Amino acid sequence: MGSLFDSYHSVAYDEMFAGDGAPHPHTKALFDALQLLSSADLEERVGVLQRSLRDQGITFSHAGQEWIFPLDLIPRLIPTAEWELIEAGVIQRVRALEAFLADIYGARTVLADGIVPQAVIASSTNFYRAAAGLEPANGVRVHIAGIDLIRDGEGVLRVLEDNVRVPSGISYVVENRRTMARVFPGLFLEQRVQPVAQHIALLFAALRSSAPAGVDDPTVVLLTPGVYNSAYFEHAFLARKMGIELVEGRDLFCRDNVLYMRTTSGERRVHVLYRRVDDDYLDPVHFRSGSVVGCPGVLNAARAGNVTIANAVGNGVADDKLIYTYVPALIEYYLGEKPALPNVPTYRLDEPEVLEDCIARIDQLVLKPVDGSGGYGLLIGPQASEEEIESTRAQVLENPRGWIAQEVVMLSTSPSLDGEKLAPRHVDLRPFAINDGGQVRVLPGGLTRVALREGSLVVNSSQGGGSKDTWVLTSRPVRGDEPDPVAPMPTPAVKASAPDLGPQSDQPQQQQQGCAPC
Amino acid sequence: MLSRVAEALFWVGRYVERAEDTARLLDVQFHQVVEDPATDEAETCRVLAAVMGVEADPPHEIRETLEVLGYQRDNPSSIVGALLAARQNARGARESLSADIWECLNTTYHELPLRIEAARAFGPAPFFSYVRQRAAMLGGHAEATMSRDHGFDFLVLGRSVERVDMTARLLAATVSTPSPEDGWIATLRACSAHEAYLRTYQRGVEPQLVLEFLLLDRLFPRSVFHALVVGEEALTRLDPMATQGRAGNDARRVIGRTRTDLEFLPSDAVLEDLPKRLHDLQTAMSEVSDAVSRRFFGDSTMIGWSLEESRR
Repeated sequence: MGSLFDSYHSVAYDEMFAGDGAPHPHTKALFDALQLLSSADLEERVGVLQRSLRDQGITFSHAGQEWIFPLDLIPRLIPTAEWELIEAGVIQRVRALEAFLADIYGARTVLADGIVPQAVIASSTNFYRAAAGLEPANGVRVHIAGIDLIRDGEGVLRVLEDNVRVPSGISYVVENRRTMARVFPGLFLEQRVQPVAQHIALLFAALRSSAPAGVDDPTVVLLTPGVYNSAYFEHAFLARKMGIELVEGRDLFCRDNVLYMRTTSGERRVHVLYRRVDDDYLDPVHFRSGSVVGCPGVLNAARAGNVTIANAVGNGVADDKLIYTYVPALIEYYLGEKPALPNVPTYRLDEPEVLEDCIARIDQLVLKPVDGSGGYGLLIGPQASEEEIESTRAQVLENPRGWIAQEVVMLSTSPSLDGEKLAPRHVDLRPFAINDGGQVRVLPGGLTRVALREGSLVVNSSQGGGSKDTWVLTSRPVRGDEPDPVAPMPTPAVKASAPDLGPQSDQPQQQQQGCAPC
Repeated sequence: MLSRVAEALFWVGRYVERAEDTARLLDVQFHQVVEDPATDEAETCRVLAAVMGVEADPPHEIRETLEVLGYQRDNPSSIVGALLAARQNARGARESLSADIWECLNTTYHELPLRIEAARAFGPAPFFSYVRQRAAMLGGHAEATMSRDHGFDFLVLGRSVERVDMTARLLAATVSTPSPEDGWIATLRACSAHEAYLRTYQRGVEPQLVLEFLLLDRLFPRSVFHALVVGEEALTRLDPMATQGRAGNDARRVIGRTRTDLEFLPSDAVLEDLPKRLHDLQTAMSEVSDAVSRRFFGDSTMIGWSLEESRR
């Protein structure tokens, strides 16, 4: 092994090396390329990368400060066949969740048929009665979804959680690729990596196609809580890349169930509201009455069919981690298919015997609040202190419906830069799916988050996580192996003359040579 | 002002704009090849060579293309060649340039070897952005420190003529690639126009709209129409007599006619005869350049100096 990989040893399944220490077939080319690099070269590139992230302002906010979202220099590779599995699994999941949401806010057959107990829905903090009977224009509630996947010790990909409320991270996917192509162009020239640049255009197309009926040229806006939100970089980035207005609650108002924004040339109607504000804060008329980041009356405007809210209000019930345990059953119920991607083994603590058993071995399990995100409130039993365990145990016993327990999954590792060496760090994967009403598409790649602290299993950016560029390799032959094209393209009329030349180019210069002082 | 100085300024304007636009073009095309495996590398190189008028032995690999169109010193249509030529022109007119402008070009000249070396080792992206920054800096210095006399007008005229020419080449590159659909976003990016385009049309990228935007947009400063208007205004200031009845000079006639053609072009006709239209734009700019030389610079280029014999 080359110097960069000296003393590289992973305790879990590794994304680059097989059990025998040799690279997987699909990572061989990358491994060979990295072998040739010196640590000086790597250092130079890290410098370029850091400057680039800093200059572009690719940040997230945490605890009142702006932080650069660290990008690890070593990409994570996904072979074609595995990507096909991920794609199928994610599409299946999104379709099932769409069906579930339509059902739960509509006919509620899933409850009548006893697949999901009524009590689980009624007790979910993210179930909103206000969303019942609200039919979205093209039937889409999950315009964009992020499904978090992890790989366990046996190398099996499993779904960790579903994000169908306001999944964030797509901007980092696009920016990471852009940055990597500029820092490490040589790596790309030697392999075939599926591009990601079209992601934002697909999202924009999906938003446009969700406009209320009869609107041909809809006005789409992005609603942000403001510059102090942790994902503000992403909000600004998406608005810029889609060419739409980035609005705050105070820029919007509703009149007669129609949503408008205030502009210098008067009020302008809004047809699609891509909101990055949580349900709770979206409409003070229906939800938290003290919210100033939302817009009063927007839910009624949506109900009247005058504006589409994306993602739909009430989607949080599908993110509820107790509902998550029912998703495999939902896939069979709605689609009649076997789940392509299994869940992580999970225990429902609202069942008394299960609760008792889990509390007894709480130090061996992962405990999660059902409505949490960002890794907050999470307890990893084997890594937690006595006090943390005690405090979580008390909270769980007080409100068992608010928690789930999972077996500890040793997340797979991927080589990541640690000082001058590469070291194994745990990673997950968040592929994004976009539903434009006709088709659910999974964007090739997705966000690989990496826990940059040694041994850490928490990949969230607020807790010392970074990201990696994620390469989905295509099955097409690598550069150079292609047969010559049979018929070359006809050459259109690009016969240009060389650019004009200025006066100095061929004019001899006068010089006084060899002037000796007389 | 002296014809010689005027000519130097005109060419500083042209060469700096050429360096910048070539950097934009290569930046986008190179990263297109890098990021999208479906791009045909050899074809991209062929098209780049064709639109930039590289006659002999066009390269087949994108890295070779970078050498020829990016780093070659003795080729005035490469980025480095254009920057060297710009400095050379500025050197001959140093006394009439502001110190800031001269320094900007001279510093660039001295930093180039290191920048090229880094670009070869670690990839060209920082080099391209460096060139764009230097061009923007020169524009900013000119804006802030040059009197609005004829010298400034010549600089602006040169820049505008080159911008029209280079934008036409850029569009020619796009329509000539095997699958132009993928190329339209790249073209917009090359002109820093992607976001401005999206704001203007509020919809996805469609070829006809892109062409309309880059050829005809009245407000975007890198559109062909806008550059023609700016160039025409500079010419009018240089030769105010031309508006007073008489036929005026050839340069105004050609630039005005080109501008009018575009001004009254219906937007659904932009796709018709496109390769010819783009070719005509380039020819027209060559004519303008020649006419400007004849009208203002006289025979100054014709004078050749012989080497003075060294004294014994």
